[in-house]
Amino acid sequence: MAEILKNGQMHSDNWQVLYPEAEADLSTVSVAAGQWLVPFTLWQAQSALQSRKDIGVWLSPNDDLNEVAKYFGQWPLVAIDFPKFTDGRGYSIAWRLRNHHKYTGELRAIGNVLVDQLFFMLRVGFDTLALDPKVSPETALKHLTPFPDAYQGSTNNSQPLFRQVDRVLAEVRS
Amino acid sequence: MYRYDTYDHAMVKARVAQFRDQTHRWQSGQLSDEEFRPLRLQNGLYMQRYAPMLRIAVPYGMISSAQLRVLGAIAREEDKGYAHFTTRQNLQYNWIPMARVPDVLARLAEVEMHAIQTSGNCIRNVTSDQFAGIAPDEVVDTRPLAEIIRQWSTFHPEFAFLPRKFKIAVHGAERDRAVVQVHDIGLHLYRDDKGDVVARVWVGGGLGRTPILGEVINEALPWRHLLSYMEAIIRVYNLEGRRDNPYKARIKILVKALGIEEFRRKVDAEWANLKDGPTTITDAELARVSAYFVDPTYAQLPDTDAGYKARLAGDKAFSRWVQQNVHAHRVPGYRAVTLSLKKKGIAPGDITDTQMEAVADLADAYSFGELRSSHKQNLVLSDVELRKLPELYDAAKALGLSSSTVGLLTDMICCPGGDFCDLANAKSIPIAKAIMERFDDLDYLHDIGELDLNISGCMNACGHHHVGHMGVLGVDKNDEEWYQVTIGGRQGNDTHLGKVIGPSFAAADMPDIVTKLLETYVSLREPEERFVDTVVRVGLDPFKTRVYGDKNKKKEAANG
Repeated sequence: MAEILKNGQMHSDNWQVLYPEAEADLSTVSVAAGQWLVPFTLWQAQSALQSRKDIGVWLSPNDDLNEVAKYFGQWPLVAIDFPKFTDGRGYSIAWRLRNHHKYTGELRAIGNVLVDQLFFMLRVGFDTLALDPKVSPETALKHLTPFPDAYQGSTNNSQPLFRQVDRVLAEVRS
Repeated sequence: MYRYDTYDHAMVKARVAQFRDQTHRWQSGQLSDEEFRPLRLQNGLYMQRYAPMLRIAVPYGMISSAQLRVLGAIAREEDKGYAHFTTRQNLQYNWIPMARVPDVLARLAEVEMHAIQTSGNCIRNVTSDQFAGIAPDEVVDTRPLAEIIRQWSTFHPEFAFLPRKFKIAVHGAERDRAVVQVHDIGLHLYRDDKGDVVARVWVGGGLGRTPILGEVINEALPWRHLLSYMEAIIRVYNLEGRRDNPYKARIKILVKALGIEEFRRKVDAEWANLKDGPTTITDAELARVSAYFVDPTYAQLPDTDAGYKARLAGDKAFSRWVQQNVHAHRVPGYRAVTLSLKKKGIAPGDITDTQMEAVADLADAYSFGELRSSHKQNLVLSDVELRKLPELYDAAKALGLSSSTVGLLTDMICCPGGDFCDLANAKSIPIAKAIMERFDDLDYLHDIGELDLNISGCMNACGHHHVGHMGVLGVDKNDEEWYQVTIGGRQGNDTHLGKVIGPSFAAADMPDIVTKLLETYVSLREPEERFVDTVVRVGLDPFKTRVYGDKNKKKEAANG
């Protein structure tokens, strides 16, 4: 069970993530009882899952968000997988889910979620972060806001700094 | 130039604290090498052949005398007494121990400098025209919008882990001095029929292993939409750019694969949701930032001076320097001056600690305390009174910064190459030095005239070899260093990629090869024709024949 960071605090919850084998036939992968995050494609492939209330989906970079958006409201939770922390597609996927597709439910980052990415993840629209098991929760909590402000808008605050504050002219050359 | 307000100071200070902490976590084993790597890269820290290299951002090439003094002091106290200006207008140190970097960054922060995003797969330091704000052919001063782009791209939450690095260049003059077409995004600011500032936007340019010139994605983008439009471009790239192969990961590969029409369609679809949104630049913001780039208090001066004219008439060395290193200024009685960082025995772009401090003094004495770095790895004093050119020349000469070769063969661009860089296949500095050694005769250099010689130690092309009139690329063949030569490349409005003349050469042969290419040019040139013009007119064959002689013919026969 991953440590979940939510609203600046650690929580434990019972969501587990199902990563099917690469070659698996999605129509036959069995999903045990309990709260499971399954690949969107798996959820689509098994109508039995679609009636379960304890199933959420996780998105991979190849999922068609227009398709995904048709089912908002059917899941208690949507997650975006970061297969590797250097794969930055998840940030833009989150941004699009929130801003183009107006997803308002819980959005969770899963996978290789490390300390120095948390600030960016919270900015683009994630509200819960499933820390990589190697990350210490104490360290994570200390690094949520490395910067006091942000120059540019994003999901958490669409207004760039220049629309938020009156920036007084610094001393120009004499 | 731009000055930090409390927000900028807070941001850079926070970055120093963050990097200090990251370094500490890496040293204590909480971060693996692999996890630390992108973090240090986004602070300009590369692991090099012998020691880490630290790259300091010089945003769009603007630098103050106070900043240069600190850079000089750091070179002396933390490095080996010198630093290197790069083709992206930045400055690199080569010998600062890893553990000292956080303190060095803290010291830089005090003078409003940083190493943020000078490397890594993120939006890099935005580059521009070294004559921005003063060039007579300038239509739009690029500096305010370049600064607005700098701020927008700094710590952009969505674009810190792109498929690959992302470079933006901007120019606003009739002549492109920023080589915008070889950047991931190139912007040319101009005025439309109504007099409004718009940008011609190129996308998908880049050198490296697969050199490609950018294509125009938007002919006339109103300035206030610059950020939202670039956000759309970079979001499409972030989602769809290749991540399976670093050599295929630049945006240029995506644009080529999709075709510019399809890429534009995707960008426009993305932009439709962003246009006129909060990222739209406001008049107030442009006005706020522009206020930092108001003119200095220029004196009312005639555009002539008796002492200057007398020196010009009587001192050939001075008149040569004026001819090559002094540039027109839009204000009468003023000129811009290039302090050359190209000198026999010195690696191109290198500058010592004491030179930096002395140049800072020159900037204070002659140019309102400001300088620019150029992509050709020189420094520019942008606002010098014409009447003071003789004394500035004497001062520059005493510092060894008066090589009267700007724009000539030995004003070459050269990457650090195999002497420092871990990526290099071959050394580039010794080639540059050998060529400088050979072509030491100013009369000859002036006779040859304008010639861009660009040298890269590997196909990453930091030395921009593809767009040099003459380009040299270091290649590795069976663990030996060889050099491939291209000719006919061009930068600026007429940017073209050069063509390879044939099989590569050993290092020792390079000066001879350059000699042969120049001899061919001299024998074929028409009046007023530059080397590159002759290459374009007559093609590669005469040059190949001169360089390869019969070997070439035999080969062709064998192939034919």
